[in-house]
Amino acid sequence: MAMKNRTFYNEILTEHNMNPYHKHPLVNPMKWMRGVNPSCGDDIVLQLNVEDGVITDGAFVGNGCAISQASADMMLDLVIGRTREEAIELKDLFLKMIREEITEEELERLEEASSLKDISHMPSRVKCAVLGWHTLEEILKEDSNGGETTTESDGDNTAY
Amino acid sequence: MNVKDIQRPAFDVERVRADFPLISGTELAYLDNSATTQKPKAVLDAEREYYENYNANPFRGLYDLSTEATDRYEHARETVARFIGAKDASSVIFTRNATESLNLVAYSFGELLKEGDELIVAVSEHHSNLLPWRAAAKRKGAVVRYLFCDATGAYSLDDLRSLINERTRLITIAQISNVFGRLNDIKAMAALAHEVGAVLVCDGAQSVPHLPVNVTDLDVDFLAFSGHKILASMGIGVLYGKRELLDKMPPFLSGGEMIETVSLDSVAFATVPHKFEAGTVNAGGAISLEAAIRYLEEIDREKAIAWEDHLTRLMFEGMKNVPHVNIVGAQDPDDHHGILTFTIDNVHPHDVSAIFADSDIAVRAGHHCAEPLHQHLGIPSTTRASLMFYNTEEEVKRFLECLAEIRPMMGYRD
Repeated sequence: MAMKNRTFYNEILTEHNMNPYHKHPLVNPMKWMRGVNPSCGDDIVLQLNVEDGVITDGAFVGNGCAISQASADMMLDLVIGRTREEAIELKDLFLKMIREEITEEELERLEEASSLKDISHMPSRVKCAVLGWHTLEEILKEDSNGGETTTESDGDNTAY
Repeated sequence: MNVKDIQRPAFDVERVRADFPLISGTELAYLDNSATTQKPKAVLDAEREYYENYNANPFRGLYDLSTEATDRYEHARETVARFIGAKDASSVIFTRNATESLNLVAYSFGELLKEGDELIVAVSEHHSNLLPWRAAAKRKGAVVRYLFCDATGAYSLDDLRSLINERTRLITIAQISNVFGRLNDIKAMAALAHEVGAVLVCDGAQSVPHLPVNVTDLDVDFLAFSGHKILASMGIGVLYGKRELLDKMPPFLSGGEMIETVSLDSVAFATVPHKFEAGTVNAGGAISLEAAIRYLEEIDREKAIAWEDHLTRLMFEGMKNVPHVNIVGAQDPDDHHGILTFTIDNVHPHDVSAIFADSDIAVRAGHHCAEPLHQHLGIPSTTRASLMFYNTEEEVKRFLECLAEIRPMMGYRD
């Protein structure tokens, strides 16, 4: 039985989509990266300040479906103020939730992001939910800054 | 116009619906007919009957079964030719789908292009009628020039005239755009092309299933369409081409069945249409397309089209009453031919189609393989509902009810 979207588009999700707290540009961010989900056309730029291994501030700009925008906003709620390692651990937990391998205690650590749990029943939308987290993983790599990452493998860019 | 003022044409939709096993008696409102149509039992039976009784490799064997398979396949070609008003059945080439038909023309006719030649491509084209031409132009040093439409999807013949010059070799455009649903004046465009000795390629993927299309009357040089969008199986498509052009064009694919003789240093190709049908053909698919055409003729096509137009009007007028819904293209329902593409303020099309899916309503979201058009219109992506004669007023009503719920469900209070 397919997941019922009526219950999926709950208040937590619609609120983060309509009034995203972290959707604004940062002034002179220390790190940024563009994340694209070609299957839905979701397109965000994630911006972070990371000082002494701690994410001191973060924001995103861009556009996309409600799931991609709300998920990125909930993610920033979770990771701002955490160390790089804690953020990566939360990313792993989020992916574990998507794969339906997460325990109840682990799920609690994801706070509002756990409201996206049932996305695993909507395979066509998983990439939307993961976009922010995927971009976070890339941006936190030691020397990475700028550039672009996508939820797909990179296509051949041929001009004609 | 008020929804209640819309007159219902005489068409027994419930009787027709019973012919379609997948949708009859289900809750699914299938409104993605521009992507592919459902198949009536008569089509499924015809293909099965062919494989149960006539299956052999057409053209290959000298035994009766192979001869019969050949006859059935060629009979399907004659039926298609009659259906689109082609004077000569050998002008009809069976392909896999409209995409392959368009690629065939772009590669093969494209071989005849020279440096500096110009191709005019309409901006609303599906990627399958855009990318093959850009590739052909790149190979040959030809130039692609775009014909732009206005926000209602209308093309101006004056704009087209101003693009045409003595270097123009080809104009390519869909008769009905898969985003706008608007009917283009192909006959006038073909006449303009012919004034300078250019050819007109018409993508009929959306028009042939919904309108009587006559290639002789339109005087198009090429027409492409897919079987699966007109009730037939997936994997069968048609390219019509004027015989004198097809004769001049080199083969697209080479291999079996497309040759007269082959030696180690020379080859003589078969004549049209077989020159363009390399390898074992999709005989079952051709039979299914013939059965689909017969089915359309039996249900009274004129009435079926009137019903589609009726549903289009009903849906259009209902959509206009839903706040924050914006219909893409013409603001007259009669310019939509069963295709209603729209946006909802502040709601992403993928969320829109997911909410429809939850109500067992199938619609399409994205850029409908027409990304340059969306860029031209300044809309990132859209949702599309598309109708077929087997759709009902009840399905349109359900669609409209769900449509009105979407913004409230996403948290918007107005």
